[in-house]
Amino acid sequence: MKKLMLGNEAFARGLYEAGCKVVSSYPGTPSTEITEEVAKYNEVYAEWAPNEKVALEVALGASIAGARSFCGMKHVGLNVAADPLYTASYSGVNAGLVIAVADDQGMHSSQNEQDSRHHAIASKVPMLEPSDSAECKDFVKLAFEISENFDTPVIVRMSTRVAHSQSVVAAEDRQELELKEYIKTPQKYVMMPAYAKGRHVFVEERTNKLTEYAETSPLNRVEISENAEFGVITNGAAYQYTKEALGDKASVLKIGMVNPMPVKLIQDFAAKYEKIYIIEELDGIIEQHCRNIGVNNVQGKEIFGYIGEIPQSVIAEKILGEKKEFVSLDENIPVRPPVMCAGCPHRGLFYCLKKLGVTVSGDIGCYTLGAAAPLNAMDTTICMGASISGLHGFNKARGAESEHKSVAVIGDSTFMHSGMTGLVNIAYNNSNSTVIILDNSITGMTGHQQNPTTGKNLKGDPAAAVNLEELCKAIGIKRVQVVDPYHLAETEKAIKEELAADEASVIISRRPCALLKYVKHNPPFAVDSEKCVGCKACMKLGCPAISVKDKKAVIDHTQCVGCGICQEQCKFNAIK
Amino acid sequence: METKSIMIVGVGGQGSLLASRIIGNVLLSQGYDVKVSEVHGMSQRGGSVVTYVKYGEKVYSPIVEKGEADIIISFEMLETARALPYLKKGGKMITSVQQIDPMPVITGTAEYPDNLVEKLKSAGADVTAVDALTLAEQAGTAKASNVVLMGVLASKMDFPEEVWQNALEQCVPPKFLELNKKAFALGRNV
Ligand SMILES: Cc1ncc(C[n+]2csc(CCOP(=O)(O)OP(=O)(O)O)c2C)c(N)n1
Ligand code: SF4
Ligand code: SF4
Repeated sequence: MKKLMLGNEAFARGLYEAGCKVVSSYPGTPSTEITEEVAKYNEVYAEWAPNEKVALEVALGASIAGARSFCGMKHVGLNVAADPLYTASYSGVNAGLVIAVADDQGMHSSQNEQDSRHHAIASKVPMLEPSDSAECKDFVKLAFEISENFDTPVIVRMSTRVAHSQSVVAAEDRQELELKEYIKTPQKYVMMPAYAKGRHVFVEERTNKLTEYAETSPLNRVEISENAEFGVITNGAAYQYTKEALGDKASVLKIGMVNPMPVKLIQDFAAKYEKIYIIEELDGIIEQHCRNIGVNNVQGKEIFGYIGEIPQSVIAEKILGEKKEFVSLDENIPVRPPVMCAGCPHRGLFYCLKKLGVTVSGDIGCYTLGAAAPLNAMDTTICMGASISGLHGFNKARGAESEHKSVAVIGDSTFMHSGMTGLVNIAYNNSNSTVIILDNSITGMTGHQQNPTTGKNLKGDPAAAVNLEELCKAIGIKRVQVVDPYHLAETEKAIKEELAADEASVIISRRPCALLKYVKHNPPFAVDSEKCVGCKACMKLGCPAISVKDKKAVIDHTQCVGCGICQEQCKFNAIK
Repeated sequence: METKSIMIVGVGGQGSLLASRIIGNVLLSQGYDVKVSEVHGMSQRGGSVVTYVKYGEKVYSPIVEKGEADIIISFEMLETARALPYLKKGGKMITSVQQIDPMPVITGTAEYPDNLVEKLKSAGADVTAVDALTLAEQAGTAKASNVVLMGVLASKMDFPEEVWQNALEQCVPPKFLELNKKAFALGRNV
């Protein structure tokens, strides 16, 4: 049956149809729904791992054991999983191993705009790149075949537009596969120097074979247009923009296998036209490949640049000189940035940090919104886990002067992902640092996934829960306090105490995310306009439910969840 | 047939997902190639939310850019104003008159512009402004204002009524179907 499916949903369908048995992933926009969707099929074992490195190692283990397996992540996740990736390239697979990596051209929800094709090239692993949902499903199935035929992991590169656009897909049946036999083969799976040397030779031979395969593979497709005066080489979402902008004005070579790329296919295509445009988002990888193989009638990055998406309007303007007409209002339209939800447990904590004027070594999650106005309570955010290790470095550089007035903040999922090791470093290398774990019992930012602290697994079934207090103590932190961030006074007191202490400490700020279904909320609060003097003290919290009308605060009862922190702020007892 | 573009704009949590699902269902049932595109992630935290729906014989790009939208459906006035540049010459805007203050307005660093419907009209836009929230409350819940706007949309497109009714049946949980059908009818008769 034909259905509209998100690219991610179609990807999951492809995994199911290909007989995939084991899935281990870590969430990250825009890759998350692949794993959430595949978990709905009972034939597939699927889990959230604590981080991408663990996830990829699990999937590789399952592949060696003989089951088709999968691991999904966002682009920066592949940096974390790079270590197993580069050696899995050498060990190869037993049953097929497919990895999804989702790039975020345009940085709709990421901390950088890296081009993950570099990882495929550097690790010498083949990479496929679909352009719509139907291709997502087809490419995944083909990826398993390539993986098994060439003895290699295969990466499928997604992008925000392909992952989060729905297009028409025809579902097919699942191919049920027997486990492949596992034969002990240390020359292949024990990558110590003596064996790894042999495997490196294999990897180089494999790349040659894959390049040959790329010449004739259906993944790369030439679309000749009789009217065309020039050619375009393109990949991924940019293929769709190209077709939309140029129609039959261009002949197109669509690269579906972005590593390794064909040689003769490109040379022959480029020889047909005087001018070839290369329309690829982010880095100029196809373009560089063209130059490397002596194809020099190409233009790409000098026209389109390295930043963001290359949508149809840009292509039409740069190549055809056409621009769409539009009107806009001569009016200042205020921006609408994302904000922490009404009743978000992170708000109270950040309010206290702002009030105390401390330096905040931040991390990635919903709480990164604490960096925005009106809280403005974050100094750094680099990558997952960097809050804790970064604070340690900051304190080692500046000593006691900063130790008593700086903290690290990190979410529960992020702490499990890569914060723990930083805390071990603080205990081991003896820094007087204060770490705050924002335990909202969920992975909020990426759309509410379970994690090792929540007591549930990906399928929603009960699971072991890490006890954060005991874990921190076992790591060697003697001072561990738990506070409720809905109680501002208690929270502020705890932060002051731990900043004053002369040893490392952890504060666990514990309160479940306000959007979780099981959370029971208090009835909404309202402002007594007789009592409100319009001092705007409550506005400093940045709760989206509070606004000011006619110089008095008003609370939107449809948004308010009755957390009560604004009431605690009001000196005139106007909030009830 | 030339590809047509619909844009749905609003604020995170206003129900654009259901709206795009209903439209997608209608279009697919009419035999079109369809693409629906949305950006997940940060936008869920009360930020601006944009969804694109494109249909035709063969749709390539899933996104709608400035000057390309045949129809813009908006759940919130400020977002309607923000979306104006996306409207194609001769395109239509359907908007709820609801206003939700964004954080810069809440914190007092910016003002919510007034008389936006008039300003949009004098900029030449074909605007249908509807008090979708009140109509939805009449139907039973403020949450159905997205479906009220679907009713308005249906009155501006030439698809048979039963196609929309089928789409509602397929996209809305049975528990809420009657209520949503009421909301749809109220919008259709605006
Ligand atoms: C290496 C890496 N993997 C995944 C992500 C995507 N991501 C951003 S924040 C986050 C987790 C947030 O959860 P948590 O720490 O519990 O904080 P919350 O959002 O619940 O406040 C994830 C998975 C990322 N930015 N980097
Ligand atoms: S989803 Fe939860 S943790 Fe994230 S901002 Fe909203 S209330 Fe806070
Ligand atoms: S009680 Fe106050 S701070 Fe909490 S959600 Fe309601 S309005 Fe916002």
